Amino acid sequence: MAEASLLDRSRTVAGPGYNRWLVPPAALAIHLAIGQAYAFSVFKKPLGALISGNPDAPAPADWTPGQLGVIFSIAIVLLGLSAAIFGTWLERVGPRKAMMASALCFGGGFFIAALGVHLHSIWLVYFGYGFVGGIGLGIGYISPVSTLIKWFPDRRGVATGMAIMGFGGGAMIGSPLAVTLMDYFKAAGTGTLGVAATFLAMGLIYLLFMQFGVWTIRVPADDWKPEGYVPSNEHNALITTGNVTADNAIKTPQFWLLWVVLCMNVTAGIGVLETASPLIQESFSDGVMGAGRGVTAAAAAGFVGLLSLFNLLGRFFWSSASDKMGRKTTYAIYFGLGILLYALVPTLGAGAQLTLFVVVTCVILSMYGGGFATIPAYLSDLFGKLQVGAIHGRLLTAWSTAGVLGPVIVNYLHSNAKENGMVGAAAYQSVFYTMAGLLVVGLIANFLVRPVAEQYFEKEPAKKTAA
Amino acid sequence: MDQKPLTSDSNAAPSSTGAVAFAWLFVGIPLVWGVSQTFIKALALFQ
Repeated sequence: MAEASLLDRSRTVAGPGYNRWLVPPAALAIHLAIGQAYAFSVFKKPLGALISGNPDAPAPADWTPGQLGVIFSIAIVLLGLSAAIFGTWLERVGPRKAMMASALCFGGGFFIAALGVHLHSIWLVYFGYGFVGGIGLGIGYISPVSTLIKWFPDRRGVATGMAIMGFGGGAMIGSPLAVTLMDYFKAAGTGTLGVAATFLAMGLIYLLFMQFGVWTIRVPADDWKPEGYVPSNEHNALITTGNVTADNAIKTPQFWLLWVVLCMNVTAGIGVLETASPLIQESFSDGVMGAGRGVTAAAAAGFVGLLSLFNLLGRFFWSSASDKMGRKTTYAIYFGLGILLYALVPTLGAGAQLTLFVVVTCVILSMYGGGFATIPAYLSDLFGKLQVGAIHGRLLTAWSTAGVLGPVIVNYLHSNAKENGMVGAAAYQSVFYTMAGLLVVGLIANFLVRPVAEQYFEKEPAKKTAA
Repeated sequence: MDQKPLTSDSNAAPSSTGAVAFAWLFVGIPLVWGVSQTFIKALALFQ
């Protein structure tokens, strides 16, 4: 028999004495890298001025904002699709091979996009960053989830929260890194406003950074469990000791209820993210707050940054808290508290309550991030650890759907309100009330979640997919 | 195929506290840098 490749699952089984706290940094190395996707907007202005060479005065032949928006949309759709398609493959081959595939696709996507920028071919950029890079995003996003849950059966929320927090943190690194590199390469006279060279550099940086995750990750032996760990499932019917395969999971109502839960939570959160900057500027303008006291564009950018921080912190805080409170209760808080807070936002805007407005939107964003981070542990509780990465991958189609649905709803409602003569906070009223309505749907879906029926469980769990 | 820990490579070696600390620093430093950049940007809201 040929010797197993270093990337094979069999070569990544940890020996005695391996410290499981090495696994979260390995996962973070992947998520911090691919989280860059959320900072892609930093390239929009220079990409839209490659011909004119002046970001403030694009030439007619330059790419339009609409064309450039498609790049991120393709990447997010491919994230969901590839996570769904490659999830079962990931469970079979193990996390190391999947992380390597993710690194090659994500880094390679940058390289292809750099060529696209150099040749001024938008289709090559779509293919590179959007399609190839998007596949890297999807595989990378789910690659450590199953492994983390197996290493931390006693702290599933903490473990997955840490990794998925990295996805939020990735944008915070990717944005200033891109700006620094573009300034450097522009000054060095590399052409294309420094964008092509920045794409090449970032592709290389991320490819190398992700190697740390690839070579650090280990899977536990089948019979491994934390010292002194005793499953406490007898106290909670929603935590199973059995296992459901990904193919069977999608036949259960629980999977589709959680699909609705994730989709509603993300769609509502996008409602805030999409409108954050104009919302705070229009609701708290000089006209409302008094001359010279309105929220400026720079302060609005600070507000967006603050929301990003709470999005990041919420991923770890809520997911960790769910280990104590239970997943169903945690989501009930996201939705129950969320309905109140979303409905409150227009009132706070109309009442010029800036401080309260900021506090409320920060809590909302923390629960938006928490929703992403808590879902893998919820899935693991319901369907077991066996193929939780693959099941999570299929559930991420809810994210792709929300990524399209959210902006469409927000833009339609806001434009409609403006056409009807509404201004300031009033123009966002219908947006936030609709988002609160979506959360009611999520609350009901979460309420309906019950333990998975016995018929869907594997007869011989644990050793079915170990390659 | 049964999953057995391999003994022919570094998988079998116990991981030291130093390795764990290095791993966390490796991902922690860029994360802290990114968060600090965002925090500085967010301060504009309070000025």
